[in-house]
This record gives sequence, structure tokens and C-alpha cells, in this order.
Amino acid sequence: MDRADSTAAARLFSARFCAEGVSVSRGGARIVSNISITLEPGDVVILRGPNGSGKTTLLRAFAGLLRIDDGAIRVESAHGSSVSAPVDEPSASLIYCGPQNAAKAALTVDENLRFWAALYDAPEGALETARTAFRLEGYADRLAGALSTGLFRRLGLSRLVLARRPIWFVDEPTASLDASSSETFARYVEDHRAAGGVAVIATHDAFDIAGARKLRLAEEQAA
Amino acid sequence: MRGLRAIIARDVTLAFRAGGGSLPAVAFFAVITVLFALAAGPDLTLMSKIAAPIIWTGALFATQISLDQIYRADREDGSLDVIVTTSGELALTAAAKAAAHWLSTGLPLILATPVLAILLNLESEAYLPLLLSLLIGTPGLSLIGSFAAALTVALPRANLLISIIVSPLYIPILIFGAGAAAAGAAGAPQYAANLSLLGAATLFTAVIAPIASAAALRSNMD
Amino acid sequence: MPSLYEFANPVLFERWARPAIPWLAGATALMIFAGLYYALFNSPADYQQGDSVRIMYVHVPAAWMALFCYSVIAISSAVGFIWKHPLADVAAKEAAPIGAGFTFLALFTGSLWGKPMWGAWWAWDARLTSVLILFFLYLGYMAIWRAFDDKARAARLAAILAIVGFVNIPIIKFSVDWWNSLHQPASVFRAGGPSIHPSMLPPLFLMAGAYMSFFGAALLQSMRNELSARRQARLERTDVKAASTLVEQ
Repeated sequence: MDRADSTAAARLFSARFCAEGVSVSRGGARIVSNISITLEPGDVVILRGPNGSGKTTLLRAFAGLLRIDDGAIRVESAHGSSVSAPVDEPSASLIYCGPQNAAKAALTVDENLRFWAALYDAPEGALETARTAFRLEGYADRLAGALSTGLFRRLGLSRLVLARRPIWFVDEPTASLDASSSETFARYVEDHRAAGGVAVIATHDAFDIAGARKLRLAEEQAA
Repeated sequence: MRGLRAIIARDVTLAFRAGGGSLPAVAFFAVITVLFALAAGPDLTLMSKIAAPIIWTGALFATQISLDQIYRADREDGSLDVIVTTSGELALTAAAKAAAHWLSTGLPLILATPVLAILLNLESEAYLPLLLSLLIGTPGLSLIGSFAAALTVALPRANLLISIIVSPLYIPILIFGAGAAAAGAAGAPQYAANLSLLGAATLFTAVIAPIASAAALRSNMD
Repeated sequence: MPSLYEFANPVLFERWARPAIPWLAGATALMIFAGLYYALFNSPADYQQGDSVRIMYVHVPAAWMALFCYSVIAISSAVGFIWKHPLADVAAKEAAPIGAGFTFLALFTGSLWGKPMWGAWWAWDARLTSVLILFFLYLGYMAIWRAFDDKARAARLAAILAIVGFVNIPIIKFSVDWWNSLHQPASVFRAGGPSIHPSMLPPLFLMAGAYMSFFGAALLQSMRNELSARRQARLERTDVKAASTLVEQ
């Protein structure tokens, strides 16, 4: 995809993500507690916090992969007006991209992309866009298991562009990427934001997006 | 529908690629049959009598060895997350996973059966009943097995636990399946009844197992 | 009259379970002595089976309990799964070893009974075979509890398995009867059993009552043990840290 294109494109997405008082436990222990956040179209959050602070737990709960103990998670349509209607099927607006790449080593790059395209019900042309965006054209028939770690990660992240969902939850996207691939990824986050998308990106390294909200998970102080 | 088709196509493709589950299942099936025959001795009359039960139990064990991987492989590489978040109705997805397991193990076992039946001196009129009973019964085995796989997906290894869980649940299918094969070969009147009961058991499983698998998968997400 | 929900409170549970246990244990002892007395000395020997019919008074109620305990597990599991009552989960978990014990007793005495009847310790009788499969269902259920460290998750998964097993019991039972009727028609344990003389009923029901109250006492006691073990484990946890919350940077 030509970058100018997507920036010029009018806001494709208009979904608002709301979490109110969300608490999540795992194995009987409360991991995150009382999380409230509202993300308007175009909001990008960089989420930091020490190991074990619950970044992954929180992202997975937001994406509907973990049961929440308390609170509510909603996706609303924020279409210009002040009235916002809840989206019928929140999972159809979300995509979660974890530290693993969700790709099969025994399938080729293209087979993996086509599988995701079918699952995310991606529109015509999305596959092409994703392949170009993450510079995977030359590897179409290569088995994913034969890719280098960085390339494999690029394949994993290309799901984000492929799925065309308004709300992204991305866990450690750049851990195995070189500087130029990280930059590419950052550019696509910016494009996503320009299109009215929402993204929450959990990271350990220096990865940053200009103008992103910076949030931190820290131990709750006893009130 | 597009997603379900893609899941089935992907799982079947993977099963037939290097490292997939189809070839080991068929090989295991053949090995069990041959070992059983060697243990029973070369008496051809005895062999033709026990051929169908051997093939039924062999098929049952051979479908078991790949159960462990139905969901675990997807969980380990993260694709279970994608499957769970994109499926409209998780029970349908579970049914698709079971269908893929049957296509990649149950069906190849049925195709291998005539060859193994020759080794066991199965009588010619027993072929059709045996194959028909396997065709109706093995989908039930994949459905029950995929439920056990969903229950144990979060454990590092679960083959033994899966066999303990599935063996009592497999029993009606084994009884009606092997019963149909025997009655059909003998031209006994219970043939049709056995086949209908076998079909009913598989259909019942087709309703219960996907719902139970979906509940188990949800309880196992973390 | 306290509502059922209040019984689900562990403190209240402790308050009524502890005094109930001695009563149940006492009732067990009384009924078992009376039942065995009737069974051994005050009931007729079978005209075909002789004195070996007396094993029936131990065997038949044990087989009833095998099914009854599995039903308790399945119902508690459904309550625990749907309403998330922790006590229901604990009840299901603790009923399993007791039920498996009764199942084993039924199998063991059935085999003892079978030896003089069939001349073999095991004869693939339909009822006995069904009880054997029920024993496998118990093993699977208990194995799930053992396999998971996270008790909340184990409870949900074990509950799903118990319910699936429970709805399959009639089908398994039917299939075994069907299988048996094709292969081996006659059976000591057939429907109606050996003709039951009215004087056989008191010991049979006394033994069943003894098993029931034993089940009650053992279940309550092992639930108390499990609850106190869980309380202890919670107190001893050292890895507990404060939960995280979001702060703006």
C-alpha cells in the first residue's frame, strides 16, 4: 500500500473502546484491578510496566480472551454524533496480536496469510496490502518455519493490516525486529491511527509512537 | 462459513505435511494389527473370526494418538487465540476441528482397512459391514476425542489423561460398531439395528461434544 | 429456615456440618450392625445359590451407591458450573473418591459372588460391566482434578466432564445391555434378580441406609478437610503481590 494513500483516506474506522473498572484474576490471584480507560478513534496507547505487572493479562482481557472478574468492556460506534451505540459483536472490531505469531511453520507464508484472511473475513485486496506492507512478497512460497525470527515476526504482525479491524491490541510487537522493521511497524500504527483506528501496544523496549498516550501498569497503592 | 472451511482445510493440509498426524496414525494402525495377529498365532480360522474386532480396536487406538495435538499445537503457536476470537460460535469451530481430525485420521484408517483385512483373512462378505461401521462410527471417535483434547489443552502433556477420559465414552460406539461388523458378516438380523444405533450414538455425540468442547476451551483460555 | 444459598457459605457450612457428622456416623454404625445381622443370620439362603446370596446385601447397595454418588457429582458440578458456588465444586470433588470406593466395592463383591455362580471371577455380566465402566468414568473425573493446579479451572473442567459423563451413562448402560444380550443371555444379576423373598428386603434397605449415612458423614468430613486445606494454602501463599492498575505517565 502506498503510504500517502492511506493517510489521505478518510477515517475508515469509528469505533470507541471503553473499559470500566475491569479486574482480572489468574490462578486465584488478582493481577490487574479497577482499570478504566476510554479510547476514542485515533487514540494510540503505549503500555509499559515491569515483568509480571499484567500487561499481557490486560490485553488478553480487553480482547475477550480472558474472563473478567468485575467491570465491563464495550465497543461503541463513535460516528460523529454524541449518541454512541454499542457494536453488536465486539470481537468483530478487535484484533489481538500476542507475542506468538499464530503462524504454522509447516505452511507457506501465503498459506498462513490466506488462512488468516478467511478467519478475519478480510475484504478483497487486504491480503495483497498486508503482504506488501510487511515486505513479504519475495517469500510467498517459503515455509514459515524457514523464515528468520524477524521475518517470522513480520508475518505475524501482518495480521494487523490484513484483518482491517478498528481496534488493535499488540503485545511486544518489536522484540525481535530490527530498527528498520520497527520503523515500518510504527508507520503502520500511524496509518491506522490516521484512519481512525485505536491501538494499545504493550512493550518493553524503546518503541514509541509520536503523540501516543503513555500508560504504565504499576502496583496499586493501598488507599 | 469461510472461517470454518479454512480451519478444516488448514488442519487437513497440516496433517498430511511433514510432522503431521495422518501418516503416524495409519502406520500405528498397521503395526497394532500386525502385532495382534502375531500374538494370536497363524491360525487362519481364528484370525478371520477376530479380524473385525482387531480392526475396530486398532482404529480406536490409532485415532487416539493424534488427539493430543488437535488444540495444543494451535495453543502453543498462538493460533488458538485467532480461532477463538474470530469464530462466531465456538461450538461450530469445535465441530470443524473434529471434522478435520476425522478427515485426516479416521478416513485414512478406513482406506487402509481393506489392506489390513487381507492380512487378517477377513471373509469377503464381512468387508462391506466392517467398512460401513467404521465409516459411521469413526466420526464419533473424533468428536469425543476432540472434547478430551479441549479439556486438556492447557496441560503440557496429556496423552495418558486423554485415554482415561475417552475410553468409557468410546464404549457405545465400539459396541455398536463392532457389533454391526459382526452381525453384517454373519448375515444376522441385528445388522440394521446395530448400524442405526451406531448412527444414533455418533449423532448424539455430534451434538454434545462440540458444545462441551467449546465450554472446555473457554475455561482453558489464559 | 435458612435458604440453600446460605448453606453455600463456608462458615455456615462448618456450623451445621460439624455437629451433623457424629449423628451420621452413629446412624451408619447402627444400620450396618443391624443390616449385617439380618443379612447373615436372619434371612433365608437362596434355594439355588445357598449362602453365597448373602454377598448381595453388601453388593447391591454398593452398586446403587456407585450410581448415586456419580449423580451427586454431576448435580453438584452443574450447580458449581452455572452458579459458581465454591461449595458445590468442593462437594463434587470430595464425592468422587467415596463414590469410586463404593464402585470398587460393588465390583469386588460382584466378582466374589460370581465365582461360585459362574465358576469364574469375572463373567462379563451386563450390570457388572456397566459398573466397571462407571469406575472408569470416576477415574477420568478424579484424574482431571489432579492434573490442574489452578483449582478454579480444575473445577470448571471437571464439571464439564462430569456432566458429559452423566448424560452418557444411559447410553453406555444401554449399549452394554445390548452387547450382553447378543453374547450371553443368562445372568444372576438380571432384571428382577434372583427372586427376592420379602425377608430379604430389611437387610437390603438397612445396608443401603448405612451406606447413605456413611456417604453423608464421609462427604461432610472430607469437604471440611478440603476447605481448611484451602484456607491454609491461602494463608501460606507467599507469591501474592498487589494487583496492578493503570497510571498515566
